[in-house]
Amino acid sequence: MYLVKYSVKRLMMLIPVILGVTLILYFVMALAPGNPARQILGANASDEQMAALEAEMGLDQPIIVQYARYILRAVQLDFGTSWINGNDVLTTFLSKLPNTLLVALVATLWAIALGIPIGIYSAVKQYSLFDYGSMIVAMLLFSLPAFWMGILSQILFCVVLRWLPATGIGDWRHLILPALILGANTLAAMIRMSRTSMLDVLKQDYIRTARAKGASKRRAVLKHAVGNSMIPVITQIGISFAGCIGGAVVTETVFTIPGIGAMLINAVKARDIPVVMGSVIFIAIIVGVINLIVDLICAKVDPRIDLAA
Amino acid sequence: MAQDIQSNSEKFLLDIRDLHVQYHTDDAVVCALNGFNLQVRRGEKLGLVGETGAGKTTMALSVLRLLPEKIGKITAGSILYGEDDLVEQTEAFMLGLRGRRISMIFQDAMTSLNPIVSVGDQIMEVLDLHAPGMSRHEKSERVDRILTMVGIPPARKAEFPYQFSGGMKQRIVIAMALIAEPELLLADEPTTALDVTIQAQILDMMGRLKEQFNTAVVLITHDLGVVAEFCDRVAVVYAGKVVEEGTVEQVFGRARNHPYTVGLLNCIPDLESTAARLIPIPGQMVDPTRLPPGCAFADRCAHCMDVCRREPPEMNERDGHRILCHLFKEREG
Repeated sequence: MYLVKYSVKRLMMLIPVILGVTLILYFVMALAPGNPARQILGANASDEQMAALEAEMGLDQPIIVQYARYILRAVQLDFGTSWINGNDVLTTFLSKLPNTLLVALVATLWAIALGIPIGIYSAVKQYSLFDYGSMIVAMLLFSLPAFWMGILSQILFCVVLRWLPATGIGDWRHLILPALILGANTLAAMIRMSRTSMLDVLKQDYIRTARAKGASKRRAVLKHAVGNSMIPVITQIGISFAGCIGGAVVTETVFTIPGIGAMLINAVKARDIPVVMGSVIFIAIIVGVINLIVDLICAKVDPRIDLAA
Repeated sequence: MAQDIQSNSEKFLLDIRDLHVQYHTDDAVVCALNGFNLQVRRGEKLGLVGETGAGKTTMALSVLRLLPEKIGKITAGSILYGEDDLVEQTEAFMLGLRGRRISMIFQDAMTSLNPIVSVGDQIMEVLDLHAPGMSRHEKSERVDRILTMVGIPPARKAEFPYQFSGGMKQRIVIAMALIAEPELLLADEPTTALDVTIQAQILDMMGRLKEQFNTAVVLITHDLGVVAEFCDRVAVVYAGKVVEEGTVEQVFGRARNHPYTVGLLNCIPDLESTAARLIPIPGQMVDPTRLPPGCAFADRCAHCMDVCRREPPEMNERDGHRILCHLFKEREG
């Protein structure tokens, strides 16, 4: 029961966050040079046409009034329609979200599945060849830009070897490259975080206690060290997953995936305020929910975290 | 030789002979134990005293073969336990020994327990490891029984370490060390991190449990008061060697002591004495990376002679009271 209460409390705390983010965003978008009505009607439109459209869109009102009207409608789940193609923002977002979530999820999962064992093994075998090797790989994955790795992997796997499709969505083969590229950063983070955390835990007295009880080194690591070392790593997974949704902008552009990243970048370029505002609000909610899930998992792993308090 | 070991194993539970342990760090070799000799009899309570860095903990970790990997090495000597030399044994043998026949309690109970595993499960792990055939129900009953013995309500076994006070955590650690009824308990400053009233309770409880299981206890401490109260025999350690060994009466009787022990005894405040100040031992403990050729205590010793700087002293024994000092050789020799 306290879990539900805690979750509701945490989700309520998203409201001021979203208000703050949208307020800043709305002002920046509205004050940026250029006139949306002019952009929609084209350079040859008359002043009368412009004035009529501005009145229709509410652009003749002060910005704060425009913002207040927008929020009032948003509360009723009316996020408006795109100024460019007239599509409903919420519907469009929801139709593109699965593509982004799927890539981000696969990217995070493979990074976790590979990164955590590598990090743990590196820590257990500190200063071994394996340890040095995994640290170099992690450093490379951290520093190579996603668009560059994306394009190179397209050239190798799609053009030269012809193993995988280069762009678009469809079956699982379309998912491999974008997920690999998007997860590269997360993989590096997982390796480094689990190694550092594991090294710290291995020095703890309770590991020595476990050994003194007669636990083998292997058992002490698996039963006593891994659980403790995962607490900071779980937090990092949440941050990385949120980063994957943000990082989707690059991979979705490189691999031409119709997801929310590509949608957002096009909307910003076209000054399509309803689409930008709507997308940002939805992404903020998604990130908030992910953080909540991460905190619930942490509380499950670490008995010292008391959510009821 | 085989005959010798045989007869000794009947007499002694643990017989450490001429043990040398070194720590290899990046910039120096630390000689932690330099010819350490110690015998522990079955069921006795032996106090091991000495200042920080004397090698007390190193000795306990050597017995369990849990010295820090790649840094700590046993370079010479033997640790006879029953008929086995622990220095020579395989890791598999040691796994069966640790926690079952020899247990250890570490200094800081606050950090000795895994924070995310319930205390009941942590105690039960000893049985999981050493009594795999026992049913879960029976294990659970054994845990309840030992918790009751150390004064923790068994109902609290599902709770986690952070929910217990320091004294209670140390009781849990003791329960963990004794549940398999070991023959030898190495208690490394079990009461140092606790306040004085809790200290007395813990020692009292350890004494009672020791009687119950007939466990031999090596109590490592720098608190001579604790030794006088708790132990049958005392060994004084200085710079990786036992410099004096005898019964509590012999050592605390002050009739005949190693100069270092005299110094330690002079540091105990006496309620009846009118002395306004305690007499500290001058100087610092000898640098374990650069040991002198002669007696390691020579630089701080009030009775230092020429021979002390030249050659290491030998053990001199009278009625089982042994002192490692040139002073006594000259007088009695």
